[in-house]
Amino acid sequence: MTRLDVRKTYKLYIGGAFPRSESGHSYVVNDSKGAFVANASLASRKDARDAVTAARKAFGGWSGRTAYNRAQILYRVAEIMEDRRPQFVQAVVQSEGLSASKAERVVDEAIDRLVWYAGWADKITQVVGGANPVAGPFFNLSTPEPTGVVAVLAPQASSLLGLVSVVAPAIVTGNTVVVVSSYERPLPAVTFSEVLATSDVPGGVVNILTGSAATIGPWLAGHMDVNALDLTGIAGQTALATDLEVAAADNLKRVRRAPAAEPDWTLDPGTGAMTAFLETKTVWHPIGV
Amino acid sequence: MTSPFEYAPAPESRSIVDIKPSYGLFIDGEFVDGHGKAFKTISPATEEVLAEVAEASEADVAKAVKAARKAYDKVWGPMPGRERAKYLYRIARIIQERGRELAVLESLDNGKPIKESRDVDIPTVAAHFFYYAGWADKLEHSGFGSTPLGVAGQVIPWNFPLLMLAWKIAPALACGNTVVLKPAETTPLTALLFAEICQQADLPAGVVNIVTGAGETGRALVSHPDVDKVAFTGSTDVGRAIAKAVAGSDKKVTLELGGKAANIVFDDAPIDQAVEGIVNGIFFNQGHVCCAGSRLLVQESVAEEVLDRLKRRMSTLRVGDPLDKNTDVGAINSAEQLARIRELSDIGEQEGAGRWSPACDLPSNGFWFPPTLFTGVTQAHRIAREEIFGPVLSVLTFRTPSEAVEKANNTPYGLSAGVWTDKGSRILHMANQLRAGVVWANTFNKFDPTSPFGGYKESGYGREGGRHGLEAYLR
Amino acid sequence: MTSSSTTAKPTGQGSSATGAPVVSADFSDITRTDASLRRFLHGLPGVDQVGAEARAASLGTRSIKTTAKEFAIDLAIRMVDLTTLEGQDTHGKVRALAAKAMHPDPADPTCPMTAAVCVYPDMVATAKEVLGDSGVHVAAVATAFPSGRAALDIKLADTHDAVEAGADEIDMVIDRGAFLSGRYKDVHDEIVAVREACARPDGTTAHLKVIFETGELQTYDNVRRASWLAMMAGGHFIKTSTGKVQPAATLPVTMIMLEAVRDFREQTGQMVGVKPAGGIRTTKDAIKYLVTVNEVAGQDWLDPDWFRFGASTLLNDLLMQRTKMKTGRYSGPDYFTLD
Repeated sequence: MTRLDVRKTYKLYIGGAFPRSESGHSYVVNDSKGAFVANASLASRKDARDAVTAARKAFGGWSGRTAYNRAQILYRVAEIMEDRRPQFVQAVVQSEGLSASKAERVVDEAIDRLVWYAGWADKITQVVGGANPVAGPFFNLSTPEPTGVVAVLAPQASSLLGLVSVVAPAIVTGNTVVVVSSYERPLPAVTFSEVLATSDVPGGVVNILTGSAATIGPWLAGHMDVNALDLTGIAGQTALATDLEVAAADNLKRVRRAPAAEPDWTLDPGTGAMTAFLETKTVWHPIGV
Repeated sequence: MTSPFEYAPAPESRSIVDIKPSYGLFIDGEFVDGHGKAFKTISPATEEVLAEVAEASEADVAKAVKAARKAYDKVWGPMPGRERAKYLYRIARIIQERGRELAVLESLDNGKPIKESRDVDIPTVAAHFFYYAGWADKLEHSGFGSTPLGVAGQVIPWNFPLLMLAWKIAPALACGNTVVLKPAETTPLTALLFAEICQQADLPAGVVNIVTGAGETGRALVSHPDVDKVAFTGSTDVGRAIAKAVAGSDKKVTLELGGKAANIVFDDAPIDQAVEGIVNGIFFNQGHVCCAGSRLLVQESVAEEVLDRLKRRMSTLRVGDPLDKNTDVGAINSAEQLARIRELSDIGEQEGAGRWSPACDLPSNGFWFPPTLFTGVTQAHRIAREEIFGPVLSVLTFRTPSEAVEKANNTPYGLSAGVWTDKGSRILHMANQLRAGVVWANTFNKFDPTSPFGGYKESGYGREGGRHGLEAYLR
Repeated sequence: MTSSSTTAKPTGQGSSATGAPVVSADFSDITRTDASLRRFLHGLPGVDQVGAEARAASLGTRSIKTTAKEFAIDLAIRMVDLTTLEGQDTHGKVRALAAKAMHPDPADPTCPMTAAVCVYPDMVATAKEVLGDSGVHVAAVATAFPSGRAALDIKLADTHDAVEAGADEIDMVIDRGAFLSGRYKDVHDEIVAVREACARPDGTTAHLKVIFETGELQTYDNVRRASWLAMMAGGHFIKTSTGKVQPAATLPVTMIMLEAVRDFREQTGQMVGVKPAGGIRTTKDAIKYLVTVNEVAGQDWLDPDWFRFGASTLLNDLLMQRTKMKTGRYSGPDYFTLD
C-alpha cells in the first residue's frame, strides 16, 4: 500500500509567525493542471492591518542594522533556498506548470537574484549617494535612506522569481514589506516565507499575505502608515491600478506603477526597484575653525 | 604593578592550527615545490621555528604568471560576474568558518595579539571578500568600466598579512583579473592557508597563485612582462623602485606606502576618548601600521593634561604573549624591525627628546619593545620625520589650527591624519586642509571594506576599499 | 600635578599620589548660582559616545580565568547590595533577604557576606534586627524613590526616618526634572540638604549615595556633569540607577562615572564610590565591571567601601559560578536559595 503523505497547511506569514487568517477564511489553490492542492489562508483586511503593524515595528531595527548585516542575512536566505532547491523546483513545477528543467532555471535565477541584491546592501549608497560641491564653505552630503513600510503586490505569473524580484530590492536597503502573493500561485511564496523564518530575517521585515490583490490592495493602498506601494502584481489591470494610485495619494505614498504586462524577470533589474523606495537625505555643515 | 586583581594567563589554544613542517608554492591550483632556497618562518614572540617555506625562483614566478594568464584567458575572464561572485562568497564564508584557526595562525606568525587578529583582522578579511563579491556582477555601476586588466602581480607586507591579502585579491578577482601574490617572507602562513581555502571553495586553478619568497621573488613578479597590473604595499623605498621599474611599460600600478601621520588633539577634544585614540593610533598592532598616528600634535594649552592621562593609560597596556587573550601589545615582527625601532629611539634620545615607557615585564625570548613616547619633539627631530614602524609616539605641540595644519602637512608622506575636537566645523575644516588620504575625526585606525584607503604624496597612489577600490582593477 | 587648562577648577589640595593630607575642596565659587554651575559643568570635556562605548566593549573582552576569576567572584559577592524594592515587600521578605545576605550559600560557610541589603525606609528596622552586628550594612532608598517627585521637606523627612531607623547608608535620587531643565543649583542644594539629613545625633553620618537615573539623563555628557555635581555636593557614592527605569546600569555609563571619580580624586584628593544598579545579572557582567574599575579608576576602588553592585538575581549567579570553580561542575538553580 502506498504511503499517505502528511499535507502542509498554507498559512500567512506575519511578524515572524505563521497565523491563519483572522477571518477564518481560506480558498482553494489548484496546481497548474487544475488539481486540488490546498486550502490556503485567505488574507483579510485585518490581516493586512496586522501585517502593517508588524512591518512598522520591525522597521526601526531593520533599517538600523549595518548594511553589511543586511547583506549577510539576504545571503543567508539564498543559502537556505539553495539548500531547499529541490523543494522549490517542485513548487514551481506544481504552481506554474513548467517543465522540471525550466523550473530549475527559474529557481537558480531566483537564488542568484537574491545573491545579486544581497551584494547591493553596502553599495547602493556609494552609487546613488555622494558629496555635493556646493558654492560655499559647507560640507554637503547626500545619502539614501529607506522609505519605511512598503506594500507590495507580487507578480501573478512568476510566483517565485517574480516574488523575489519585488521583495529583495525593497528590504535590502532597510525597508520592511507587506506582500500580497500571487492569488492563483501562492505556494512558492509560503515556502519562501518558511525560508525567511529560518534565515535570521527578523520577524516583521517581510510579511506575506496569501490572497487577492483586488481585495487587499485597496486597504494597503489607503493605509496611512504605509509609505510606498509596488503595483507590479496587477500588471495590465489599469482601472484597479489607477484606483490604488488615487488611494495612495492621501498620504503621498511613493508608487511604483503597474506595468502593462508582467516583465521578463530574467532581465537585469537595474537599480530602479531599489531607488523607488529610497529617500535622499542631504546634510549641510559649515567648514570653519 | 601589583594590583590585587591580577589577570591570570588566558591562553588561546594552539591546537586548532595544524602547521605543516614545510610548505610549497601554490601554483595552478596545487602546492608544488619551489626552486629557490627554502627559508624558515618563526614566531617572533618565542623565536621558535614554525615551518619551512619554499622560495619561488624566477622560473617559479614565470610559471605562476603563466598559470594566471591561462586561467584569465580560459576561465575567469570569460566567466559571468555572478558566478565569480559566488566563488568569492564561498571564500568569504570559509574564512568565517575557519576564523579562529586563521586568527591563531596570524598571531603565531606575525606576533600580534590574538584579541586583534580575532576581533579585527579576520572579521575584516571576511568582510572584504563579502563586499567585493557583491561588485563582481555589478561592475557597470562602478563608474570605472567593467573590463578587467588581466593578470595582477601583488606584493604585500607583514603587518596585516591576511588582511593585506584580502585587500589585494578580493577586488582583483571581483573585477575578473587573476592574481599572483607574494606574501612577506616573515609572514607567509596565513596566505598558504588561504590557498587551501581556495581549494576548499573549488576556485578554478590558476585564478589565485601564491609565491612565497623575499625581495628577489617580489622583483621577479613585478617586473614580469606578462603582468598587467602591479599592486604593492610596503615601504616607500621599495615603492619608488617599483615605480621606476614599471616606467615606460603598460603596467598599471598602485602603491600603498609609508606614513608619519599626525594625530591632532585640540583643547576641546573629548579627552578620555582622545587618549584612547592616541593609544589606538600608535600602539595598536605594535605600531606596525602604515597609517599609525605616530606624531601626536597636541594643543599646547592641554599638552600636560593629555600627557598625564596618556601615560596613565599606557601603564595599563599589557605587553606579552600574543596568544594570551588579555595581551594588548604583542611582539615586534622581526629582529630587523626591532633593531630599526631601537636605533631610531636611541636617535630620538640623542637628539634631546624626552623618552618615557611604562614599566613592562618583557619576556627574554622573542622580539619586544615597550610602548614608548618621546616628549619635546619638534619637526626637526628625525623621530618626527622618519617612519619608525613601531610602538613609538613622538609628541609635538601647536598653538592654532593653522599651525596644526602646517605641521601635519609638513612631511613627504600623506597617508592619514587624526583630528580630535568637539567642534564639527573645525573637523571639516581640518579635514579639508590636511593633505592625507584618510582623515579620522574623533576616532582612529578604523577600516571598513566600503571605505577607500590610500595616500597622498610619498605614501603612494591608488585607493583600496570601497567603490573607488575597483578603479585599479578595471579598464 | 598642576593643570594649565583655562576651565574653572575647584580650589583645594590634591596630590593623593604623594599621600599628602586630604583637604576638603571648596567649591563655593562654582556652586553659587545656576550660571556658574552651568559654566563649570558644561566646560568639562565632552564624551564621544562611540569612543566611550568602544572602550567599554574592549574592557569587556578581558578574559578572566582561574585565580583571577575566583578573586573577582568573591570580591563581587562582597560588593553586592542585596536589594528588594517592591511595593509588595513585607517584613517576612526582608527578613529572608537579610538572612541570605549574611549566609549567601547555605552549602558553603566560607562564602563571604554581601556588603549590604537595600530596602525601603519602612523596612530598615526589620533588616537591622536580623543583621545585628554581622557587618552587613543596611542601605535605605529615600527622597521619594524612585521618581524623586515630591516636595523637599517630604524627601528630607523620608531620609530622617531611614536614618533614625538605623540605616547605615542612604541611596537618594536626584531631581532629574531640575537637572534636565538646567536648574543645577536646585539639584546641588537638594543633595547638600539630604547629606545634612544623614547626620546622626552622635555626630556620625549615614553614607550618602546619589542616584542619577542615567537612563533618563540619556547622554554621557549628562552623566559626567551629574557626577561632578554630586561629588561637589558631598555625595559619598554616585549611583547609576533606581533599577526601575530601562536602561539601568550599563558598562559605558559606569565607566564614565569611574573616570569622574578618578578625576575628582586627582584634583581634590577625595575618593568617591561608584555603584551601578539594575540590569547586572550574570557573573560575566559583574566581572566586566570589576575589570573596568581596575583599569579605569584603579585598584583603590576594588573594595566594597568604594564600589557596589545594586543587584538581586546577580547573587545567585555569582554563587553558581563560585561553586563551579570549586567543584569543576556546572551547577543548577535548585542548589541556591530563592528568598
